[in-house]
Amino acid sequence: MAQHVVILGNGIAGITAARHIRKRCAETRITVVSGETDHFFSRTALMYIYMGHMKYEHTKPYEDSFWAKNRIELRRGWVAKVDTAGKALVFDDGSTLAYDSLVLATGSASNKFGWPGQDLPGVQGLYSYQDLESMEANTKGIQRGVVIGGGLIGIETAEMLHSRDIPVTFLVREPSWMSNVFPAEESELINREIRQNGIDLRLGAELDRIEAGPDGRAAAVVTKDGETIPCGFVALTVGVHPNIGFLKESEIETDRGILVDDHLRTNIPDVYAAGDCVQLRQAAPGRRPVEAVWYTGRAMGQTLARTLTGEPTPYLQGRWFNSAKFFDLEWQIYGEAPATLPDGVATLCWQHAEKPLLIRINYRESDQVVTGFQVMGVRYRHDACHRWLEDGRTLRYVLENLGAANFDPEFYREYESEVVALYNSKFPEAPVQLKRRRGLTGWIRSLRAS
Amino acid sequence: MVRRTGMALFLAAFIGFLGLLTYGGFEIDDAAWSEIEQSSRWQDWHKQPFLDAIGELRGQSWSTPFGFVPAINAAIDKADEAMGDGVQFQKWDRQPYGLELARIASKSPIGGREGLFLFLTVGLACIGGLLYALPRIWLEPAGIKNNGVMFSKAKSRGWIGIGVGVFLIGLYIALYFHPAYIANWIRLTDPATRLISGNPDARASQWFFYGFLYTLSILVMGVRMMVHYRHSRYHLLRTVSIIFFQTGFAFLIPEILVALNKPWFDFKNAWPLNYTFFHGWSLDQFQNGGALGWFMLFWGIGLSLLLIPLLAAFFGKRWYCSWVCGCGGLAETLGDPYRHLSDKSLKAWKIERWLIHGVLVFAVIMTGATLANYLSEGKLLAEYTGPVQEWYGFLIGSIFAGVVGTGFYPFMGNRVWCRFGCPLAAILGIVQKYKSRFRITTNGGQCISCGNCSTYCEMGIDVRAYAQRGQNIIRASCVGCGVCAAVCPRGVLRLENGPEEGRYNEVSLLQIGDGKIDAA
Ligand SMILES: Cc1cc2nc3c(=O)[nH]c(=O)nc-3n(C[C@H](O)[C@H](O)[C@H](O)COP(=O)(O)OP(=O)(O)OC[C@H]3O[C@@H](n4cnc5c(N)ncnc54)[C@H](O)[C@@H]3O)c2cc1C
Ligand code: SF4
Repeated sequence: MAQHVVILGNGIAGITAARHIRKRCAETRITVVSGETDHFFSRTALMYIYMGHMKYEHTKPYEDSFWAKNRIELRRGWVAKVDTAGKALVFDDGSTLAYDSLVLATGSASNKFGWPGQDLPGVQGLYSYQDLESMEANTKGIQRGVVIGGGLIGIETAEMLHSRDIPVTFLVREPSWMSNVFPAEESELINREIRQNGIDLRLGAELDRIEAGPDGRAAAVVTKDGETIPCGFVALTVGVHPNIGFLKESEIETDRGILVDDHLRTNIPDVYAAGDCVQLRQAAPGRRPVEAVWYTGRAMGQTLARTLTGEPTPYLQGRWFNSAKFFDLEWQIYGEAPATLPDGVATLCWQHAEKPLLIRINYRESDQVVTGFQVMGVRYRHDACHRWLEDGRTLRYVLENLGAANFDPEFYREYESEVVALYNSKFPEAPVQLKRRRGLTGWIRSLRAS
Repeated sequence: MVRRTGMALFLAAFIGFLGLLTYGGFEIDDAAWSEIEQSSRWQDWHKQPFLDAIGELRGQSWSTPFGFVPAINAAIDKADEAMGDGVQFQKWDRQPYGLELARIASKSPIGGREGLFLFLTVGLACIGGLLYALPRIWLEPAGIKNNGVMFSKAKSRGWIGIGVGVFLIGLYIALYFHPAYIANWIRLTDPATRLISGNPDARASQWFFYGFLYTLSILVMGVRMMVHYRHSRYHLLRTVSIIFFQTGFAFLIPEILVALNKPWFDFKNAWPLNYTFFHGWSLDQFQNGGALGWFMLFWGIGLSLLLIPLLAAFFGKRWYCSWVCGCGGLAETLGDPYRHLSDKSLKAWKIERWLIHGVLVFAVIMTGATLANYLSEGKLLAEYTGPVQEWYGFLIGSIFAGVVGTGFYPFMGNRVWCRFGCPLAAILGIVQKYKSRFRITTNGGQCISCGNCSTYCEMGIDVRAYAQRGQNIIRASCVGCGVCAAVCPRGVLRLENGPEEGRYNEVSLLQIGDGKIDAA
């Protein structure tokens, strides 16, 4: 009989695994289980549903008929525990589902840090579709919302409330927005972007407690400085952790996340894990063992599909890239551009005099090899940056060809010549000449030339 | 505050505009009757039976066009009967006759004050619209602001949207089939036609009125479009181009040509979108139009067969469909708020391919028959050409392109005609798919499958299906509006022209990081 792969979690990790298993093997029986929604939707698009840019329907990357067509069985339900000895999932209603191989792709859950009042009605995190629904209900007719925690989800939550003209106070513990991740220039640009949108951004502000009103709902937030901010809604967006609570009693080894080896195998045979819930026993140099981003889930899902269809494949963390949009300010990163420069790494950081535009290139001082690109308000070509990083190109080479990396829409102003001019003003002894302008043709030409 | 005032002004002007239709009513009194008798518009061969039949309506009055127009239609039927077999009023007689009668019999105070009323209705509506759109420049930062689109009663098939749709459908039916109903609107544009033609007695036809309103819509909604996408130079330039081609090429130049006694000709409207180009009367007109006429003939043929496909090979379909074309121009301005209503399903895609290529085949057959008939001087296919032309004109030219094409904006999105019907778009699409330098490049692995691109694609392309696999988007239907790239929150999409080689990339290099595992 064909083997039965059960995938717990219909997020990007689980679904990518399912699709790729089917692509590679027609026989395997595949079942995807989730308690959250019937169908896969894009978690990253939750904010756009609240903001009215899209409906839930629009966030589903595949038509509902896709699953039957590809013989991917879907089962809706919450799993209470995993019976690894009996090779079965046990649902909260007591029913079970047997597997030959199990993929745990259960994602994350929102953090809470034991603040008084954190469980009051009107206080919530934002991760699941259910969270979105409760946010919809919790923010009806409120005078102000407070967002606690300056991470990516926090800023999205602030933008969501703002889109409905709800005044927002945004409490961020760090002295500047995400200054633990972003260098000062980038962080400051984001601070400005947040404030320009009329958000009451409080930097260096910590939550002490949340107070209830006479109706028992959250009515005010009190900071460590003793300030009271009246509000009708509190978003706790202080990070996420792997969603592994239901594994506590199982034999599956966990730490912060589900521990896996380089083939995404857990300590139990035939049990694998992918996505946000994973903690790599051995992370690549410079990378974290838990990486709760979309791309990681997708890559793990793809890798695992190979392993599960007879081609054991190690998961390689590869080169880091990421992107986001803070209100109207877009951000992309390729390679490394940490908050503080590591020893021996220098940076060339160009900023526009007035507009929020930034291009940063990091490079090793010893051999001038480029180690990372970070852009704000400008789009860069993934292929180009990736190739240069892989090939160990020097700053000089990259600058000469920089135009080829520009991915902004046609007719947009190009700033690469200013980046080069900045370099030349710093190092006038051997000036660089910009060879390529923007565009595909420029990029292809530079590929051919090299 | 200013925006509210603008909206109030627009609504008031719009209500006034609707009211004008009936305002004052209609009456064939003595003055009207003598004007009817003296009018030079009736053709001699049926003038008498026609006047006899209309004469019976003398002294009657009607409070709305919905009473008046059926009454005159019945009268014309009577005249038809009186004339007996063989000689009948044709559709193309009835329409202008009805319109002329309605103009004469109208008791509305517009008469002599057309300019004032035009300003009070259409003019104030435009000002209101601009007052509503422009303050956004100061009130909110530039960037994609689709907040609340899905909750909007106007933009997401709520009652306002339905109302707009019904209004547009009604307007198109009146324009194409029963202009007499909107006689009071049409005459509002008399001063404009006089100004352009330099003829102090000129009267606006329904087509002049239509062109006037069309151009104004593109102008005002073009300004809105530019405000909405003011951070994007691609959209600013594209919108300026649309406004330029509509005002210059589609509206002013043809009218000026007519004023100079030359054939009405829109230099950018190519066969087969312009399906009457090869009709006998049109070819005759070119040949009788002197050097300019011949130039028009050759220009038109060259445009369709050479220039349009050639430019599409270099820049994609967009150079025409979203930068130049009038139908596309209206879709990109007036229709922009409805772009997300296009159906993204695979089924819709299938229907699209059958329909649009079906219309292309129909258009080619019709033109072939027309030309055969023309060149053989009426010997070949004589009995088929007329009906085929008529059916094409009715079904495709009027119902599909007009009534459905625009009237369905608030129901099925702003590109219904361009996507499902336009035969020129079909040709351009074939070029774009098989022989073009155009594609939308996907930026490596950056896609987060959020769906904004697919949602706001007016052509119903599931952009995300490609983007999330790292695949370039090359679709026959893409008109290159650039909105997917603009709404993408992760900078994933770029419209670009480049070498054809490798255009259909299987998958991106680096979804996984090590560059070895495919992503499809
Ligand atoms: C608002 C928001 C915005 C984000 N934006 C970005 C972004 O821009 N870029 C980016 O890279 N990442 C972003 N992320 C993170 C990204 O969404 C996650 O990394 C990714 O979705 C994780 O995918 P996954 O498949 O591992 O898990 P999930 O998507 O969390 O899927 C796990 C599924 O398993 C289900 N499940 C879990 N346990 C059980 C159980 N016991 N029984 C039944 N079902 C269960 C869950 O309900 C869920 O449906 C964002 C996250 C959020 C919340
Ligand atoms: S809008 Fe951008 S990130 Fe979202 S699905 Fe489309 S390409 Fe991907």
